[in-house]
Amino acid sequence: MDLKSLTIDAARSAVQERKTTALALAEAHYARIKQEDGQIGAFLTLSKERALEQADRMDRMAAEGKILPPLGGVPVGIKDVMSTRGVRTTAGSKILEKYIPPYDSTAVARMEAAGAVVLGKMNCDEFAMGSSNENSAYHPVRNPRDLSRVPGGSSGGSAAAVAADMAVVTLGSDTGGSVRQPASFCGVVGLMPTYGRVSRYGLIAFASSLDHIGPLAKTVKDAAIVLGTIAGRDPMDSTSAELAVPDYVAELDKPVRGMKIGVAKEYLGEGLDEEVRQAVEAAIAKLKTLGCEIVPVSLPHTPYAIPTYYLVATAEASSNLARYDGVRYSCRARGVKTLSEMYRRSRDEGFGAEVKRRIMLGTYALSAGYYDAYYLKAQKVRTLLTRDFDEAFRKVDAIVTPTSPTAAFRLGEKSNDPLAMYLADIYTVTASLAGIPGISVPCGETREKLPIGLQILAKHFDESTILRVAHAYEQA
Amino acid sequence: MKVTDKDVAYVAELANLDLTEEERTGMLRDLNSILDYIDRLNELDTSDVPAMAQVSDRYGVDEQKQGSARFAYASRDDVPEGLRKSLPHEEALRNAPDADEEFFRVPKVIER
Repeated sequence: MDLKSLTIDAARSAVQERKTTALALAEAHYARIKQEDGQIGAFLTLSKERALEQADRMDRMAAEGKILPPLGGVPVGIKDVMSTRGVRTTAGSKILEKYIPPYDSTAVARMEAAGAVVLGKMNCDEFAMGSSNENSAYHPVRNPRDLSRVPGGSSGGSAAAVAADMAVVTLGSDTGGSVRQPASFCGVVGLMPTYGRVSRYGLIAFASSLDHIGPLAKTVKDAAIVLGTIAGRDPMDSTSAELAVPDYVAELDKPVRGMKIGVAKEYLGEGLDEEVRQAVEAAIAKLKTLGCEIVPVSLPHTPYAIPTYYLVATAEASSNLARYDGVRYSCRARGVKTLSEMYRRSRDEGFGAEVKRRIMLGTYALSAGYYDAYYLKAQKVRTLLTRDFDEAFRKVDAIVTPTSPTAAFRLGEKSNDPLAMYLADIYTVTASLAGIPGISVPCGETREKLPIGLQILAKHFDESTILRVAHAYEQA
Repeated sequence: MKVTDKDVAYVAELANLDLTEEERTGMLRDLNSILDYIDRLNELDTSDVPAMAQVSDRYGVDEQKQGSARFAYASRDDVPEGLRKSLPHEEALRNAPDADEEFFRVPKVIER
């Protein structure tokens, strides 16, 4: 079975038309995982029983001549920060090593209701904190395109699995670039929807005002299908928007001719790798030949995005991660005598270095005497960054940028310098802070055959536009 | 240096972390280097800029209203039984490292 070219529609119609079975599709992917994942490390847990039950359900539907739902029989992977009932969910952390959620996150429930077959849980940076997947407490993920390099992070397992054909699509989560950057590094499509477009219910919280669930896929169309499946109001998440969900697939083929595409000089300046710049400029030229009008825009507060992000995200994380105290979630330090010792030792043993660093930074930023200077200041700059986009989107329909300043770097290259690692997110954190949607689509390779990603941004709830531009670019 | 050894110890205590000597040294170095970088935010005058805590405030808040009424978009009628059924006791306690049939068990809180 050729898994390389297997898209959602191809898989679903093959099952529907009885050319294959959902069971055979799942088994073919498990065989591929067995063969490839020893060296890549994309999966943390396989949910075979659950997958085969669902596959059987889809096969019976097809046998009875019933129309399969949009993801009927499609093998998928779920980043291990989304709760799955009865299936271990670790968030890449030792502190949740034995945690088995008693309920499903809404996004997973909607994927399964749409017929998806959940193969297993994808490796990621601990609590989604990282840009290289080296912060997983279990093992790093390697980039399928070059095993000496990182797949990006934090959704590194989700990106690598799609790139290595171990799943047709996966779900990731994006707080500062964690879907888009690994998509770019692995040469796949990665979409971060608007904040509030997809319910966060059951997503293990990192930074609640910045966390987004989004798909990683082989094609823009597949990303559109998954978005349509998981989007929409959920009473369990009060920040999920009460807005109708468009038919994203129907939007894909609308023309891009005459669309105004913004190019911001702040995203093409210092620190950008020359080969990435050339690839992005070539992509911009291609959009022009498709009839788009290229318009220079300015997002002047961009240089302040990383410091803003690392204050807001760590402050929220320090609060969200207070719940891991050795009482409720499976892991507790042994031999402790007092409550306070139990808290501290359980957290000391359970959290990795980067998570502790962020908890410390966030706690510091929120502590008495520093709150105004750091946390409040960052919230105000967040307003300025958002206004930059509001201003730009008065002039243009979408903005294109590189997804990341470089292609995939080597394992270990940045792991001793937290600040250098944070700068890998320099082009992605702005959209996260503003809450606007963004997509990364492959736009060529470096001389070393490493994938490069083009990021397309649009205004709040305008996923249709970025999908349309990305699709036109991909098909051209 | 903005952050001192004493600050690291104080913040670790607030965060319920012990940290080894080695971790404290690393933390001191990393926090100072990150905060130095963060200092560039002070180049911006934000005295007239409102703080943004939530993206969803943009599309829901009713600016005409006062207090919690401004956030009516995020509220709903109270449902006494909850939006979903509560987890059975047994299930809620299943992940606990230590529990009896009814409660999470923890070490002694008060020393006598």
